Amino acid sequence: MAFTKDYKSLCTFAGAFRMEKQELIPHLFRTEFRKITAVLCKLFGIQHIEIAEDLASETFLSALETWSFKGIPENPVAWLYLVAKNKAKNYIRHNHLFTEEIAEQIKYSSSDTREVEIDLSDKNITDSQLQMLFAVCHPSISTEAQIGLSLRILCGFGIDEIANAFLTNKETINKRLFRAKEKLRLEKVQIEFPGEAEIDERLGTVLTTLYLLFNEGYYSESRDKVLREDLCLEAMRLTHLLIENEKTNQPIVNALLSLMCFHSSRFKARKNESGEIILYEDQDESLWDRELISKGVYFLHEASQGNRLSKYHLEASIAYWHTIKADTKEKWENILQLFNQLLQIEYSPIAALNRTYALSKANGKVEAIIEAEKLNLVNNQFYFALLGELYTDVDNKIAKQNFQKAFLLAKTNTDKQTMQKKNDSLKPST
Amino acid sequence: MEEFVLIMRHEDGKKIASPEQMQIWMKQTMDWIGGIAAQNKFSSGTGLLFEDARVVRPNNVVTNGPFGEIKETIGGYIIVKADSIDEAVEFAKGCPVLQGEGNSMEVRRIAKGDGVH
Repeated sequence: MAFTKDYKSLCTFAGAFRMEKQELIPHLFRTEFRKITAVLCKLFGIQHIEIAEDLASETFLSALETWSFKGIPENPVAWLYLVAKNKAKNYIRHNHLFTEEIAEQIKYSSSDTREVEIDLSDKNITDSQLQMLFAVCHPSISTEAQIGLSLRILCGFGIDEIANAFLTNKETINKRLFRAKEKLRLEKVQIEFPGEAEIDERLGTVLTTLYLLFNEGYYSESRDKVLREDLCLEAMRLTHLLIENEKTNQPIVNALLSLMCFHSSRFKARKNESGEIILYEDQDESLWDRELISKGVYFLHEASQGNRLSKYHLEASIAYWHTIKADTKEKWENILQLFNQLLQIEYSPIAALNRTYALSKANGKVEAIIEAEKLNLVNNQFYFALLGELYTDVDNKIAKQNFQKAFLLAKTNTDKQTMQKKNDSLKPST
Repeated sequence: MEEFVLIMRHEDGKKIASPEQMQIWMKQTMDWIGGIAAQNKFSSGTGLLFEDARVVRPNNVVTNGPFGEIKETIGGYIIVKADSIDEAVEFAKGCPVLQGEGNSMEVRRIAKGDGVH
């Protein structure tokens, strides 16, 4: 089936036909492709994931062709589901080999007739997506591949978009997805809800992937602003999917969603129009999304039940304190203690640097400089940026030296510009 | 990289500090541990509560608290990663317990369980 699998190509089609609502098909593709794929893949089994994807793509191709001539149907989603069902039934009917292979599954899902039932009810869509999430985030495949597969299968992203988000090319992404699917086949990963005994562990892998997916969007160097935000929103949607299910609605999941809400509340404020990062202290507070902040507070409250303190709890609490702009002693003391705890659970250079910044705010620069020098992260641009910050107004000559080192290590133009500005704003101390 | 345990020894566990003083020590201890963790040198550790402590002696003799004829008591410990005993000692020097007169820090290398150490 050599069909157009890509969202971008479908959009080009839509444009060519000058559709009444040019936005409609891309929008439906984004929301419905993943649902149809998940339901079909659940029915066929993970080894036939590509057939499920192809059938979903063909459904959209039919929509483009038919709607261009006959106009958009009254209920486009119902139309898509009906066509997807028919295409799947046709495929099963005409591919005996395939049918034999999945016969057992089909028997279960159909009643007494020979006709295959394809269940595109809300419940089955949600269940299938959730089960797919666990399948895709299987510990046997690499994290990078998990993120790619999630974007493709669970979020309906095009290969172009995934490549753009990862700042790489289509071939690399195609290869990565191909290998990941091979691995899923080889490991015979089941599309099912994990059992009681293993749910915590499997949930941990899923959360790591969602966390990274979110960060991919939040910290992406990609120039495409809409794409970056979409990545974050998709990560939040999938996390919310876990919260909607009784078995996975655990404090740790709420903590992760809370963290995502707090971070994304600063979307509008953290980059200017040319994509340069606006540092936290320079951000226009009125651009922070209050609704997302209150959602964050809600999920953080939900997360506070139970007695396990995860890194997501601590990171969400740190993010909470950052939603209060005023520079109070209380704020920085709380942030410092949260970082102290976070680092005991999981070390990362960026947490170590942020902890030291909080230390300077809570305990003063003198103590923070001593602690900062001990970190000795000599290959890290942010280490020197921090030292520059700490030495500012203490010893501006040393501050400038550090900003210059940070400038040399900076990998992006934005970072280089930021360090240049910091350096230029300092007059050497006499 | 080896692991060392840093044991906080209090000269007199019966001395009762004010809640304010306790809070200051607590913060200092957390900052001290956070500083070690920020260098990726923290393994594990915990404080030990003075309340509801027992000492068990031969012949099923159980007494309240670790205090009695021996005044010195252990307040807690942390396990750190360090390249040498000297590096571990440097970490120990920062512990706020040492602000109390008579208190001390004991630094011990942890046996690897490899049959040699």
